[in-house]
Amino acid sequence: MHLDAVIWEWIFVGIRILAIFVITFAIVPYTVMAERWVCAWIQDRIGPNRTGWFGLMQPWADALKLFLKEDIIPNHVHKVYFVLAPTLVFLPALLTMALMPWGSNLGPMSCVLADIGPGMLVVFAVGAFSVYGIVLAGWSSNSKFPFLGGVRSAAQLISYEVCIGLSLVAIFMQTQTLNLTQTVLYQAANGWLVWQQPLAAFLFLICMFAETNRAPFDFPEAEQELVSGYNIEYSSLKFGLFFLGEYANMMVASMLLVTLFFGGWSLPFAPFNAPALVWWVGAAHVAIFVAKTACILFLFIWVRWTVPRLRYDQLMGLGWKVLFPLALLNILITAIVLGLRGGA
Amino acid sequence: MTAYDAIFWFFSLALLLCGVLVLISPNAVASGLYLVLSFFFLAGLYVLLQAFFLAMIQVLVYAGAIMVLFLFVIMLLDYRESRHWWHGNLLGLAGAPLAVAALAAALLPVLKRSGALAAAPEQWFEGTLENVMTPVFTRYLLPVEITALILLAATIGVVVLGRKEKQP
Repeated sequence: MHLDAVIWEWIFVGIRILAIFVITFAIVPYTVMAERWVCAWIQDRIGPNRTGWFGLMQPWADALKLFLKEDIIPNHVHKVYFVLAPTLVFLPALLTMALMPWGSNLGPMSCVLADIGPGMLVVFAVGAFSVYGIVLAGWSSNSKFPFLGGVRSAAQLISYEVCIGLSLVAIFMQTQTLNLTQTVLYQAANGWLVWQQPLAAFLFLICMFAETNRAPFDFPEAEQELVSGYNIEYSSLKFGLFFLGEYANMMVASMLLVTLFFGGWSLPFAPFNAPALVWWVGAAHVAIFVAKTACILFLFIWVRWTVPRLRYDQLMGLGWKVLFPLALLNILITAIVLGLRGGA
Repeated sequence: MTAYDAIFWFFSLALLLCGVLVLISPNAVASGLYLVLSFFFLAGLYVLLQAFFLAMIQVLVYAGAIMVLFLFVIMLLDYRESRHWWHGNLLGLAGAPLAVAALAAALLPVLKRSGALAAAPEQWFEGTLENVMTPVFTRYLLPVEITALILLAATIGVVVLGRKEKQP
């Protein structure tokens, strides 16, 4: 009986690892697809609809194209770092995915692969590394535009990471935990944090746009100024990894936003506001999480095709002169409210 | 040798190797990256000591934030000069063993006491955030606040010194 439990535990771990790989390698290409459809819709075009059924095979055709392109490593680059950089963009997204509670439990299997105590810290420790990929790509390309992209990326990331941390401090003060699963449980019991901490949610959302290098903060790429920024010298599958990495990071950001502010897998009414006891509620929890993530992803895409890029000094000004003080103010307000309530 | 020992030696030797590579690699950016790698191995050592929170903070603050800033500065200055590994500085090379000897002299008493330290209660480091942070906000509150004040003064000083002179 005991051995059985151990074996089942390993099987569950295997299933969850598989789920993460499927999410990353099968669903992320469809995020690219969604981006192209939404973009076409916003610009009143038709968008890709020829490959396969309603154009649903388009991402695979793109992937195949990237596979078959010639892989060029220019002569003037620092080779080791040049090859390392795309992996460093992609890897953090994959690692953080392991910490996301994408459901309560399916039968006896809990839906988070690694339920680490201070999970939030791990998410940020790992997430901070996607910047190394971009900085390294910019530097190792040994050419001017990528270099500028890399330097910009470093400055942007430093500025906005501070704000992310501070906007989340208020959340931690209220929920009294750094664990993602516990945060979701808190929201299932006490209502979504986006209603209780709207300012923190707003700041976090803006910082996530900056952190994933999405418009209006896509400075490392900035086609009109830097041609394509840090990834100019890349071709074939290395470029594909950058591309995939951007969307994987975007997906992780959406999942984080859903987990921290929009109640994770929970809905604020009966069988969905507590960990599942029967399997169909568990399955519904997964579906709820996926649906919420899809909504946030849509928001990301919507903003990209609606809002023009800021100027570089505006980006820095916004980060340090607006978001940073607001985050501090939010901590102060939260502290006062919690103090008046007599602790959380 | 247990698995614990093996992991300890792996992390320690890798840490030392990265430290040496930081010093001798001819390229400033590469030096910075080796430093990042060494922070990882150091975090691994913290994990072996059950100091999970410290390990996380080590990676988050040093590798995730401070080193990005370092790389930013290195890249901004665009330091391209290829250096010889001892920088052509004979006096510095002679000074290195002296520095190592001084450090060893300072650490030796601590190493001698390591048996006593192993017996001491370690719950401050272990596990939850509360265990780590409670001493900081109770017993060591005054030193922490004074450090914060000094850092604030240093920050203001940097801003004042770094400000461009107004053209008359």
